[in-house]
Amino acid sequence: MELKRVVVTGLGALTPIGNNIQEYWEGLSTGKSGCAPITYFDTEKFKTKFACELKNFDALEFFDRKEARKLDKFAQYALVASDEAINDAGIDLDKVDKFRVGVIWGAGIGGLETFQNEVLNFGAGDGTPRFNPFFIPKMIADIAPGNISIKHGFMGPNYTTVSACASSANAMIDALNYIRLGHCDIIVTGGSEAAVTPAGMGGFNAMHALSTRNEDADTASRPFDATRDGFVLGEGSGALILEEYEHAKARGAKIYAEVVGGGMSSDAYHMTAPHPEGIGVERVMLNCLNDAGLKPEDVDHINTHGTSTPLGDVAELKAISKVFGEHAAHININSTKSMTGHLLGAAGAIESIAAILAMQHSLVPPTINHTTVDENIDPSFNLTLNKAQKKEVNVAMSNTFGFGGHNACVLFKKLDA
Amino acid sequence: MSDIASRVKAIIVDKLGVDENEVVTEASFTNDLGADSLDTVELIMEFEKEFDIQIPDDQAENIATVGQAVSYIEDAKK
Repeated sequence: MELKRVVVTGLGALTPIGNNIQEYWEGLSTGKSGCAPITYFDTEKFKTKFACELKNFDALEFFDRKEARKLDKFAQYALVASDEAINDAGIDLDKVDKFRVGVIWGAGIGGLETFQNEVLNFGAGDGTPRFNPFFIPKMIADIAPGNISIKHGFMGPNYTTVSACASSANAMIDALNYIRLGHCDIIVTGGSEAAVTPAGMGGFNAMHALSTRNEDADTASRPFDATRDGFVLGEGSGALILEEYEHAKARGAKIYAEVVGGGMSSDAYHMTAPHPEGIGVERVMLNCLNDAGLKPEDVDHINTHGTSTPLGDVAELKAISKVFGEHAAHININSTKSMTGHLLGAAGAIESIAAILAMQHSLVPPTINHTTVDENIDPSFNLTLNKAQKKEVNVAMSNTFGFGGHNACVLFKKLDA
Repeated sequence: MSDIASRVKAIIVDKLGVDENEVVTEASFTNDLGADSLDTVELIMEFEKEFDIQIPDDQAENIATVGQAVSYIEDAKK
């Protein structure tokens, strides 16, 4: 059976450095930091007092008060970004076969704030279980794609993938494969996360996963820098419209890129620590290249997982060395988490979008906040430090890895390249 | 309007996001005010909290309009 080709025909983004695709790209290309002191709650007793929150996002610009109240932030973000992507793709909702349009979304956690507040409320009471009837339906990770389908009437496959920080990459790979196999014409995919809450910050702090550089919050996310001390929590959403190539061509759709392959693997090593030799990470890139039918030398740009943690960044670069050999030095490598922070389950989506935009603009966004060379990193890597670099990008790779040892990788290619 | 009626009205306006003028005695939560099954459960819970009463499920089923809610609560608070 011949696999169908799959292309990207729409993009949407709601990120700490821009509330739509245009603003996101401006932020990415100019090296904007999205990190600042937390405004959502009192951080006095928290080890980390900063994060990459959304800026100037008012849910009531997008939802009426009643709707907004029934949606956890992660679902609000999902609806906002997917709306932008659906509009961008120019899909005429009256002309598509809605049974062949799916929504496959990624969320690492889901409605954490809703969960936290309902349980706090219960704990403060006398033990009577007076839970709000919207508690469960607001909180569950699959409610984001559920709400997207309800809004637009999409009646194809609909679910959420959960693989921590690899979630939305897994969602994109599932979307790619359903379309390849001919099961769907269009799939709205991507991811969203909203974990900047006391439970989220406290939980990640307890793992020693977060940067605690409170005095230099805006430069705390510094992937590959010798002084990196953990990731910076971000929030938001990214959405992509994946469409079968002939279907897109027939309706004259704008095509950003072809999705040529997806790779998956597992570290099978530790709940949260990356494998020190990056075996699973090496394998996921090889799987992805193999799935795409591409050679390592074809890859021009890698948007790394690069979370700014001491172990993870080095393990990933080691794996890149093994997979790409001498060609590694010719690849523009970056970590856009230096600007956006780590959006957990939404990371794969917003970083794939960053890679696609880099391809479109022939400009690779920088890894910002780099001041000190890490002796453990091979100096031949081009980590696109501090300033965007002009580069003709025909093939771009996006890596994401999640707690639990989940690795996922996606490859995009210029349609005519 | 009684104190109970105005407090009931305020809860309905808040939870269902409707205009105050729509919240008339005979208005049905589901047919007139756009509530779904979860909204009505939430309304009953809010009434319980606001007025410090218990509304058993079998009786909650009979509270379908603004007027029915007000009379039930007035009786319960006697």
